[in-house]
Amino acid sequence: MIKVENLVKTFGAKRAVDDISFNIERGEVLGFLGPNGAGKSTTMRIITGYYPPTAGRVTVGGFDIVENPIEAKRLMGYLPENAPGYADMTVHGFLSFAAEIRGLYGDARKKAVHKAVETCSLEGVLYQTIDTLSKGFKHRTCLAQSIVHDPDILVLDEPTDGLDPNQKHEARSLIKRMGEKKAIIFSTHILEEVEQACTRVIIIDRGKIVANGTPQELKSRSKEGRLDDVFRSITLPDTVLA
Amino acid sequence: MNSWAIIKAISKRELGGYFTSPVAYVFLVIFLLLTGFFTFTVGNFFERGEASLVSFFTWHPWLYLFLVPAAGMRLWSEERRIGTLELLLTMPVTTWQAIVGKFLASWIFLLLALALTFPVWITVNWLGSPDNGIIITGYVGSALLAGAYLAISCMTSAMTRNQVISFIVSVMICLFLILAGFTPVTDLLVRWANPVVVQTIASFSVMTHFEAFQRGVIDVRDVIFFVSLIGFALFTTGVVIRGHRAG
Ligand SMILES: Nc1ncnc2c1ncn2[C@@H]1O[C@H](COP(=O)(O)OP(=O)(O)O)[C@@H](O)[C@H]1O
Ligand SMILES: [Mg+2]
Repeated sequence: MIKVENLVKTFGAKRAVDDISFNIERGEVLGFLGPNGAGKSTTMRIITGYYPPTAGRVTVGGFDIVENPIEAKRLMGYLPENAPGYADMTVHGFLSFAAEIRGLYGDARKKAVHKAVETCSLEGVLYQTIDTLSKGFKHRTCLAQSIVHDPDILVLDEPTDGLDPNQKHEARSLIKRMGEKKAIIFSTHILEEVEQACTRVIIIDRGKIVANGTPQELKSRSKEGRLDDVFRSITLPDTVLA
Repeated sequence: MNSWAIIKAISKRELGGYFTSPVAYVFLVIFLLLTGFFTFTVGNFFERGEASLVSFFTWHPWLYLFLVPAAGMRLWSEERRIGTLELLLTMPVTTWQAIVGKFLASWIFLLLALALTFPVWITVNWLGSPDNGIIITGYVGSALLAGAYLAISCMTSAMTRNQVISFIVSVMICLFLILAGFTPVTDLLVRWANPVVVQTIASFSVMTHFEAFQRGVIDVRDVIFFVSLIGFALFTTGVVIRGHRAG
């Protein structure tokens, strides 16, 4: 459903994304793994149509994100890094707004908001404004916004960032559950997350894909069968970069 | 889904944003107080001994100079600062729809402020018998002037995450648009420059085009001036926003 071909993004002299290609099909949960600054967010911003690519092509559900951005964006839900939201809006107002932009009105909108609220357990904070929410609730509110129109494709940038262990666990099982019927790509730098929720893993380092396979395949590359050994052996630590 | 439905959704959200914070009410009160102060005190409304709103409208270019950028400075800088710009523009929304939606919401807010000056109109009708036609064209001119300043504030707001910088830059641009055709300045300029040059510069000034409305004349050319100024500033806003994303 998502097709990324030879994608490049440069900022000045910096190649943030350097010739990467991959596909995601329905029923797949792709873990996008990499150290900070690897280019995960930049890739996701290109897929969702926020940044235009410097070179290469992204198609979403058959629509080119540069040539048919609106059609492509309709098929996606997106949780940006840091889960932004309109500070002075209530959770309910914010979700209604997202649903309206997605073309839902009247009863359909009410139902969609209700379902997203239920899925993300937001009942307790429905009429609280977003700036008064704890980090966990803020994240869930933005996640709810991304699934309010029940999209076929989900792009989640560090969906478990800032959550406590229980919330992290819940978020992972939610992603896994939704992944059965959707195509999901989510980024993280937490390895255990990938093992629990993903059907496939891509490791990216300094803009390039350095590994692509199932969690089992990647684990088998290390003597002890541990993902973090593999991760450490193929990505450079920050200290080396600096 | 049609464009207007999206624009409406964005406008509604933006307008709601004004009224959920105290800023809107503070703004309205300050606007009305200043309008009253300039009209009745500085403008010598009563001493003029005539039933008109000249002393009311004359001050609008100067009043708006600070108030409109104050109302418009957060439009885009805030979205960029808190990251909702990324959210909005990855929804099935074109940059153009987002710009028009947000602009319209703020303009409606300013028109509401302007509409709340109706007691001045009632007062002048109660005291005498003014030419209400002139007053209506006066309001039309004032609404267009506010729209033009607002579009400029929109543009400067897209240029920076910092609201203070956005405010100062738009005040500077609006001030230039006033002074280029402000009679004391043009009188000074003709001493050094060719009158044709001075006139050309003045034709880009909001003052030149605002004045006719106060005389009860709605000239198509003046309307076109304000509408193109708004169009140009909003177009530039789009270019600036696309520029950020291109990196
Ligand atoms: N808008 C931008 N302007 C300039 N450089 C950027 C921009 N966005 C990202 N970068 C750079 O691109 C690289 C990749 O960043 P990012 O995609 O955010 O990494 P990740 O999400 O994997 O941590 C980083 O070195 C970052 O500094
Ligand atoms: Mg990131």
